[in-house]
Amino acid sequence: MHSDGKAMEYLGAAAALPARALEPVMAGLQRVLGMGRLPWVFLAPNLAIIALFSLAPVLINVMYSVTGTDNLYPGERTFVGLANFATLLECGNYLDPATCSRDLFWRAVRNALVFVPTQVAVMIGMALATAIALNRDIRARGFFRGIFFFPVMLSPVVVAMTWLWLLQRDGALNGILGLFGFERVSWLTDPSRAFKWSVFVTVWAHMGFYTIILLAGLQSIPADIYEAAKMDRASPWRVFTRITLPLLKPVLLVVFILAVIRSVQTFDEIYVLTGGGPGTATKMIVHYIFDTGFAVMPRNYGLASAASLMLGLVLFVFTAIQMRLARGGGANG
Amino acid sequence: MARTWFLGLTAAIGLAAGLPCAGKVPESISVQHIHADEAVAARRFMRENPGTEVDFRVVSFQSLLESLPVQLASGEGPDISMVADWGGLSKYYLDLRPYLSASEAAYFEREFGNILGPMRGGDPHSRAIYGMAGAVTLNGAFVNVTLFRQAHVELPPPGATWDDWAAAARKVAKATRTEMPMEMDRSAHRFASLALSYGAKLVDDQGRFAVDPGLRTAVEKFVAWHRDGTMPMDLWGAVGGTTHLDRFSDFMNGKVVFYFGGSWSLFLMDRTVGDAFDWKVVDAPCGTAGCVLMPGGAAMVAFKHTKNPRLCARYLAFLARADNMRAALARHANIPAATTLVKTGVEYPRDSERVRAALAAFTRQMPNVPAEAYRFQGWRYQRAALNSLTTRISQILTHELDVDTALAFVRRDVDLAIQASSR
Repeated sequence: MHSDGKAMEYLGAAAALPARALEPVMAGLQRVLGMGRLPWVFLAPNLAIIALFSLAPVLINVMYSVTGTDNLYPGERTFVGLANFATLLECGNYLDPATCSRDLFWRAVRNALVFVPTQVAVMIGMALATAIALNRDIRARGFFRGIFFFPVMLSPVVVAMTWLWLLQRDGALNGILGLFGFERVSWLTDPSRAFKWSVFVTVWAHMGFYTIILLAGLQSIPADIYEAAKMDRASPWRVFTRITLPLLKPVLLVVFILAVIRSVQTFDEIYVLTGGGPGTATKMIVHYIFDTGFAVMPRNYGLASAASLMLGLVLFVFTAIQMRLARGGGANG
Repeated sequence: MARTWFLGLTAAIGLAAGLPCAGKVPESISVQHIHADEAVAARRFMRENPGTEVDFRVVSFQSLLESLPVQLASGEGPDISMVADWGGLSKYYLDLRPYLSASEAAYFEREFGNILGPMRGGDPHSRAIYGMAGAVTLNGAFVNVTLFRQAHVELPPPGATWDDWAAAARKVAKATRTEMPMEMDRSAHRFASLALSYGAKLVDDQGRFAVDPGLRTAVEKFVAWHRDGTMPMDLWGAVGGTTHLDRFSDFMNGKVVFYFGGSWSLFLMDRTVGDAFDWKVVDAPCGTAGCVLMPGGAAMVAFKHTKNPRLCARYLAFLARADNMRAALARHANIPAATTLVKTGVEYPRDSERVRAALAAFTRQMPNVPAEAYRFQGWRYQRAALNSLTTRISQILTHELDVDTALAFVRRDVDLAIQASSR
């Protein structure tokens, strides 16, 4: 007992050593900078990391978006001003991608306008339903929580390859249908079906993440409110709409913002599953950016950068609106 | 004592400082290839050239297409590499001529005449020698002979048209209840064979993509075969964009009568199918303009950024030697590219009789490859055209575009690519 206490004393002294060593430095900094500026010293390492890994790439992206040629070195690229943005936006009729200079970009935008709301709605609906089910006192609850979260841990390419094996012409799904005497179905060669499967696979892959966030939100709602509602003989639907949903609203907003950003950025699963096809039925904006910058020769880094900046700008505006709404909701609520 | 110690220390320092100069530092180059067993050639080169070092690296074919251009654009990358985009990367190639003897240069000109032109990126005034290609690949048609026999249908003779083959394949598929009559890799390079056969020029005299009646006919036929079920939608209609897709496994599993792929599949075919069924490579199906197989494959080139241009030239001249080319061709069951080897033929002792017959069929057709095919293969914007053709034909198949609009888009896509890279 005595030796344990001694050991703890030594450990404590050892742990305090760096702080003691820094004390004169900190005191000096405090004298020179004053208390008001000292926090910046503590923030400096993080700010440097953000500047290096977030801000610098954005600035490089801006530089590429206003320059042309397929040269990679900035010094070898020619300044073209806003020409890349103008090329992307050049359109006879925005409702008809075929009239646009870069029709594939606008097809991707059009697909995203259908894909994002559909996928986010299905994702949040499914995640909420699953979270509510997993929040109940059901048998093997831990097992089911693990099962629903499992796809999140898989690489997107593994997810897409798995579903590709299930859905292709000679895949497992058609094999099962064949066992029961049904005709084989073109799951991925029909544009409409391929689109629906793209929504389903991306929901399947990411739903677990949002389920966990919503589950945490559900568990933070005090149980006595539900008990009071039970005593008032409130119906389950009334409990859901009047208690669960309003109290879950801040968490739902976070989930909504995250889901929308992720949905707009969808790339890997669909790239492997359908390659953006059939035709351009499942081509998304990030896929267009990848193709333009890295897959098609000659590489058009300028156009790809312009497209990614436009996408970033839209996401920024969208997130700002969401944040504002969230703050408003918080103040009211 | 102190003096002895001082002298000893001085001698030790002097020895250590002089060590790097004691032996001659070997001249070194890095070589990139997709086949690990090509390291045999690198080892042989080092044996024959003491004091040289070849850092042999194995990369994927995808890396040649996607990573190498980025490496080269940033002034990095290996000294020598395989390149699949012959003309597209020509601005990075090292001209070997100043480092080759006159007889070596004449040898390159004589043996690789068809390939040197495309590697110059279509510059008619260039006399540069950028590299060599011991082997070429050819697109080609594989036919399941067993299915023809079972269906009691005669194999169409040499000179048969694409339509003849489509009709025969449909008849065989129907009689044998085979799933698919015909399939073609989802690659515009494969489609180019069909287009050239119907008279498409693909590149016009101004260096722009050519939309002509030949191309239109080929696209219309191709679309019609998808609409009537001669070809399944699982390749060209299943994915989008520039995605390359092959289903050669369908042919190897006896699920398709006629498969249009390429000579690089012979190796796989021999090992996988064995004697399970009878198959053969047939002569190129014909169109109204000829019976054309598109050449391709990878050439070996050195890059301007190398610090050892002389050694690069020596290594490529070594690879271009007839004995080395014969050995490499036999290792991979490939078609020779060098003029002399095309004429004399190559022995393939490790391959089966069937593969040897297929290689002979391919090699026999090598002299028939038209100049247009080589010109398209070496065109700087070939990749842009291939990417666009693949994307736009898929859009026709899924009813997003009609043929005229799609072809107009291909021309515009290539024009925009030319404009963007020169801006």
